[in-house]
Order: sequence, then C-alpha cells, then structure tokens
Amino acid sequence: MAKILVVTSGKGGVGKTTSSAAIGTGLALRGHKTVIVDFDVGLRNLDLIMGCERRVVYDFVNVINGEATLTQALIKDKRLENLYVLAASQTRDKDALTQEGVGKVIDELAKTFEYVVCDSPAGIEKGAHLAMYFADEAIVVTNPEVSSVRDSDRMLGLLASKSRRAEQGLEPIKERLLLTRYNPERVTKGEMLGVEDVEEILAINLLGVIPESQAVLKASNQGVPVILDDQSDAGQAYSDAVDRLLGKEMPHRFLDVQKKGFLQRLFGGRE
Amino acid sequence: MSQADLLDQDPVFQLKGSMLAITIMELVHDDLERLDRQLTDKVAQAPAFFQNTPLVLALDKLPESQTTLDLAALMAVCRRHGLRTLAIRASRAELVAAADALDLPVLPPSGARERPIEPGGERKREPEKPAQPDVRPTRVITTPVRGGQQVYAPGGDLLVLAPVSPGAELLADGNIHVYAPLRGRALAGVKGNPAARIFCQQLAAELVSVAGQYKVADDLRRDPLWGQAVQINLSGDVLNITRL
Repeated sequence: MAKILVVTSGKGGVGKTTSSAAIGTGLALRGHKTVIVDFDVGLRNLDLIMGCERRVVYDFVNVINGEATLTQALIKDKRLENLYVLAASQTRDKDALTQEGVGKVIDELAKTFEYVVCDSPAGIEKGAHLAMYFADEAIVVTNPEVSSVRDSDRMLGLLASKSRRAEQGLEPIKERLLLTRYNPERVTKGEMLGVEDVEEILAINLLGVIPESQAVLKASNQGVPVILDDQSDAGQAYSDAVDRLLGKEMPHRFLDVQKKGFLQRLFGGRE
Repeated sequence: MSQADLLDQDPVFQLKGSMLAITIMELVHDDLERLDRQLTDKVAQAPAFFQNTPLVLALDKLPESQTTLDLAALMAVCRRHGLRTLAIRASRAELVAAADALDLPVLPPSGARERPIEPGGERKREPEKPAQPDVRPTRVITTPVRGGQQVYAPGGDLLVLAPVSPGAELLADGNIHVYAPLRGRALAGVKGNPAARIFCQQLAAELVSVAGQYKVADDLRRDPLWGQAVQINLSGDVLNITRL
C-alpha cells in the first residue's frame, strides 16, 4: 500500500520544495519507488530543484484533463532508478486542479509507487488543500520564527479537519514537524525560536531539524537535491530525517553551536 | 538443585479470565442462501466491521422444525463474509454433535443482557429516552485546538485537554476548562451568563472574556499570574484572575 506524504507549511519560502525534493530523493536512495508531485500550479519550482526542468513535456494538469497519460507525464530522475517527478503546470493556475482529478491521479500513482510525496504550495487555499487532502502523513515545514509557527499551527488544524481521513472518520493524518533554516547561534542569542519552543507550541512529533546552510542554496541552483550532498550538514540532517520517517531511531544533530576552531577564530569563519 | 531443576519449577503459563465483547449471530431461519444474500447487504453497509470478526453462532433460537442445518456450510458462508466462528450456542443434541464433529466449542444457551447491534454505525440505536434534565453535556476536546479553529459548547461547559494555539477561539455558554496552555481566546458565558468561569493550567491567552467583559493579552501580560494556573471570574464589571 502506497504512502501519500504531503510536505506543507502554510507560509511560503520556508523550504517545502527543498524538503520535498530532499525527502523524496532520500526515500528513493533507500530503495523505495518514489514520485514527487508538484502541486504549485502556476509557480512550479520542483523541476528546477530536481534539475529536470528541461525535460518537462506534459504536466500534472495535462494528466488531470486527460491530455496526456501518467506514463507520458512522469519524468524519470537521471541519477536514481526509483525516482520520478510529476511537474506542475506553469501556464495555468490552481483552479485547474479538481478534487476528483487529483484523487484519480493519486490513486493511479499509488498503484505503482511506494511513496507519493506531494509538494504543497504556500497558503491554505485550493492548491494547498488538494495537496494535503489525500495524505496519510504530513510533514509540516516550519522556520524557527513566530509567523511561520503560527501558519504551521493553522495548517495542522486544517490537516485535522479538512482532509479525506478527517472527513471519512479514518485514523487521523500522522503529523510531523520538520524545522528548517535552524541557526543554533541565533537561538542562543535569543534571536530565533529554539526547537523546544516550537515543539511546545505545535505539540507534534519532531521529524528533524535542518540547519541553515550554504549547501541548500547551492544545491537548489545546481538542480541537485541537497540530500545528495552528503558532506553538507543540511544533507546529513535530511538523511537522518528520512531514516526517522522510515521508523529508525536517530539522534538529532546540529542543534548546538559549533565551537569555532583556533584558526577559524583567528581569520573569522563565514557567518 | 541444578539450574535445570530451577527452570523446571518456573510457571510456563497463567490462566486469566477476561470479558470480551463478541458479536453473536442469532439464526432464526436455516435458509443459507437467504443468509448469504442478507449478509452481502450488511457487509456492503460496513465493510470495515466484517474483517475477521470473531463470531458466536447462536442456534438456540432456530425453530424445532428446522433440523436440516448444515453447520459446516453455515460456517463457510460466514467465513466468506469475514466472520470467523469461534463457537456455537445450542442445546439441541444433533447440533451439539455436529459442533463436536467440527471440534467447535459449544456454549450454553443465552441468558439476557444482549442487545442487537447495527454494524453500520450508531444512527439506528434509539434507546427510550429518560426524562432529560435541562443540562447540556460538557463538550470534551482531546486534540490540540489550532489557530483558526473555533470550538463552541452551546448551552454547557467546554473542557479542553490539549493546548489551545494562538488564533484559536473557545466559546461556551457555560464554563471553559483548559488543562494545558491556553494561548488562544477563551469566551465563557457568551450568552450573558455572568456566573461562568474560565479555568486554565497556563494563562497565555490572547483574550479572555466572561459574559462580554474581556481582557486582552496586553492587560493579561501585566498580571503577575501570567503563565500560571488560574481561574477567571466576573465580579460586578471586573474580571478577577486568581491562582488555582
């Protein structure tokens, strides 16, 4: 039985697409047949982050409208055998998505894939609603700042009340917190919310903490999911998060301030 | 005594008694075809209910005239619909013998205390109503109340056992109890009951109100009891915050 994951947040720019790409790739790396679906119709980004933007022919909306088959629209990743991307349409808007159409596509994907990762757009309107409606598990991406936490909280409320599982009275969606752009130094200075603060307010299971990292921007620009950069702290943190998603116990890393070495202190490390 | 002897004394099992809720299928007719048809309809109403459901077949209500019942075939019909026979309930000698042949336990005929169940849900259960006192039941919420959610307990109390996030709103005609941090809004006695109170384990609310008299977070934060377990009640026109 395929698992439908939604990566969502409410707020924009917190790292949903980066996280979708990293987690989807991580699942495929561990041998699970995975597809990442971009729900951000009109503002598609996932193809860029995944580095497959030049191979997009048909998209999600084409499939919903019956203008292309799923097989035609799925883009196979060049690096990984088990990984596919379903791009969003750039020329349409969210109204092109219908609950019935999305449901059909997800059911179809669930037949052949082990994991369907839905990359939600920002907001709580139609696109975001349809991205989470069919989910079994939700990864709520949050930055350690108050407005992002508030939006995530709102999203959690919707997950608990407006999803298919909620409407049919099934077991509720499993909610997990992914804290991104975490900077321990700024937390110690009191400029950023700490992990405990966010956990306390949202009161859900912590899937992982991704440190603020140069590697993320670099990876995005190169079209390589950051999880493939196993030298970087962000890549390793995503890797741990994927292991936790699969049920492994992993200690949380990158939560404390790294002590600067003598030379770094002398010449001033990069902030 | 050697190690082996000691181990030999260790108990291997424990006998325990337990009360289990088990579905009982009371057969009033031995027409298996009709049973099959009617079960199919039932299963369609509630497929989740018929998944390896343990079952006791009650045959003690079968009329004396119908003695041709094929127990193995009956069990096969049940099995096909996801009902797994644990035992039968019968007193007639030929049925007991048939059960023995199938190595199936036989239970004594029923006492009382059974009620018909509707696998389709609770909608059909209609017990005779006792005279209702004019009190609405307390509404109990066990999951976090998130920002943007509104919970109203009309005519009664509201009891919340999970955190109430900023941006969430609790409303009750009676009292409001929050056994967790209260970070959202809480409005007790919204229809004007000045005797309503708000109780919370950690006062971090955006707004509290009793019968229309309110205080916002700016005022609440200045209170020395901010962040503490408190109760809030109305005396005259003033909201009192007191430690619990």
